[in-house]
Amino acid sequence: MIRLFSGDGPRSTILALILIVIGLALAFAPFLFPGVRALETAARICIFVVLAASYDLLLGYTGIVSFAHTMFFGLGAYGVALASTHMGRGFTALGVGTLAGLAAAVALALVIGLFSLRVRAIFFAMITLAVASAVTVLASQLSAVTGGEDGLVYQIPRALGPAMRLDREIAGVTITGKILNYYVVFAISLVLFLLMLRIVNSPFGRVLQAIRENDFRAEAIGYRVVRYRVTATCLSAGFAALAGSLWAIWLRYVGPGTTLSFEIMLDILLMVVIGGMGTIWGAALGATLMVLAQSYLQNLMALAAGATEALPILSRLLDPDRWLLWLGVLFILSVYFFPTGIVGRLRARAAR
Amino acid sequence: MTAMLLETEDLTVRFGGHVAVDAVSCGFRAGELTAIVGPNGAGKTTYFNLISGQIAASAGRVRLAGRDITLLNVSERCRLGLGRAFQLTNLFPGLSVLENLRLVVQARRGRGFSLLRLAGSDREVTREAEELLARLRLEALAEQPVSELSHGNQRKLEVALLIALDPLVYMFDEPTAGMSLDEAPVVLDLIAGLKARTDRTILLVEHKMDVIRSLADRIIVLHNGALAADGPPEAVMASAVVQEAYMGRELEDV
Repeated sequence: MIRLFSGDGPRSTILALILIVIGLALAFAPFLFPGVRALETAARICIFVVLAASYDLLLGYTGIVSFAHTMFFGLGAYGVALASTHMGRGFTALGVGTLAGLAAAVALALVIGLFSLRVRAIFFAMITLAVASAVTVLASQLSAVTGGEDGLVYQIPRALGPAMRLDREIAGVTITGKILNYYVVFAISLVLFLLMLRIVNSPFGRVLQAIRENDFRAEAIGYRVVRYRVTATCLSAGFAALAGSLWAIWLRYVGPGTTLSFEIMLDILLMVVIGGMGTIWGAALGATLMVLAQSYLQNLMALAAGATEALPILSRLLDPDRWLLWLGVLFILSVYFFPTGIVGRLRARAAR
Repeated sequence: MTAMLLETEDLTVRFGGHVAVDAVSCGFRAGELTAIVGPNGAGKTTYFNLISGQIAASAGRVRLAGRDITLLNVSERCRLGLGRAFQLTNLFPGLSVLENLRLVVQARRGRGFSLLRLAGSDREVTREAEELLARLRLEALAEQPVSELSHGNQRKLEVALLIALDPLVYMFDEPTAGMSLDEAPVVLDLIAGLKARTDRTILLVEHKMDVIRSLADRIIVLHNGALAADGPPEAVMASAVVQEAYMGRELEDV
């Protein structure tokens, strides 16, 4: 199906199997992994797959470095939060907020792009860093509008909340609004992901790759390079904003820490690099691994620390509090052993 | 007398105090292949850069089919019909040979901005790219990434990209540089084939005298950035200025 849809299959059996497992696990997450924490992780994976893929559209395909991706993510999230706060709970508020966030993100990307991509791509990186920092400061200072550092807590339609319960069970699991909410997140994420996969494999996507490979020649064969770069920036911002809206619908809370922070920006960067730049599949894989590590590395380490209790230094090193250290080690190892990302490595293996 | 397809008028560029191209006024007619010769550093490639827009002129004008294009950028000039192949190979290294050609055909047909079609689905574009591959005898390498091609094949593809662009003005900058003896004829045949298109003009920077003799209708000589001679091949090659500025030195080197 994927082959028909985009013509860009995983091109490696191992990779295909991993992706099928991820896809099936996400599709049936509420039934396979009961429990609030597992569902939170699954939803987070869906949303970050979209977010990382949208960043890869810019970094991996077009070769543009941006530090403002969380800003666009945040615009989508704050759009939903503000609309739900001021218009009251309801699907209209979700729709209006999503569209407003999307429009704001695309418009801001257009302005930043037109302003800075004409000069040089590196200038764009600096401008995005400045604008993103300014927006983060604004979001935390304009408490009257954004709730400041505390953020906004709001209500979403009852049908998507945990209080709503259907009188039926499927496979032994009571269907709650939270599960419906998960499937909203899952379905929209899937559509957005496939749409991006399609875009990078379109004639437009090929031009983006050409610009990444050699912008000088792309210009010399008649492509309007600036226009393509700006369009890619706007698309990427739009997809990030939609991911942000989903995030806001899922969390029912939006604050600077969960959407705008520089830590999230770094996470996205790591997801794309670990998975493999320039492949949308890589973004999916990177996001899944990263979110899983963030959610479960501590548990895993607690187990390991327990098992090695007898060995003094080792058990200390494996203390769950040191999980960030180990995440860092994992990152360094993955970049060292897979410089082209996991997808790049697996494809190279398959091609041999 | 046919009208000039491409004209430069007092075209000049200065880098600091150094005048790299010095008030070159020259016209190029449709149906003509003009060889541009001169010693290294004479300003041949810089003259090309000024015409195709990679560097901005300090003074003078460039006209394409009567239209002043001096202030237009590279991609605008290209869309008006000014095509250029480069002296140093300048391709899309991570993409396949076929994809490199398809990108050019797609650019010419203005089909780059479709986001939801599939890249391979445009049959006309693919067919045209494949035909060109066949003429270059590169079919077997269609799916190879360009970065893995031999130098000779990269040079061939460099020329092919320009031919795929189908411009009004073809600008070749030492197309056979570094090619082996059995590879060069394929490229030269392609260029010779272009001469049948009498509504186009071809500019060729070249060092090899046998190539110039067999292809050129006219030779212009650049020396220290200025136009030193201009005329039919036999006359220019015989002239004193060329003997001194170019031929003589080359012969001594040999």
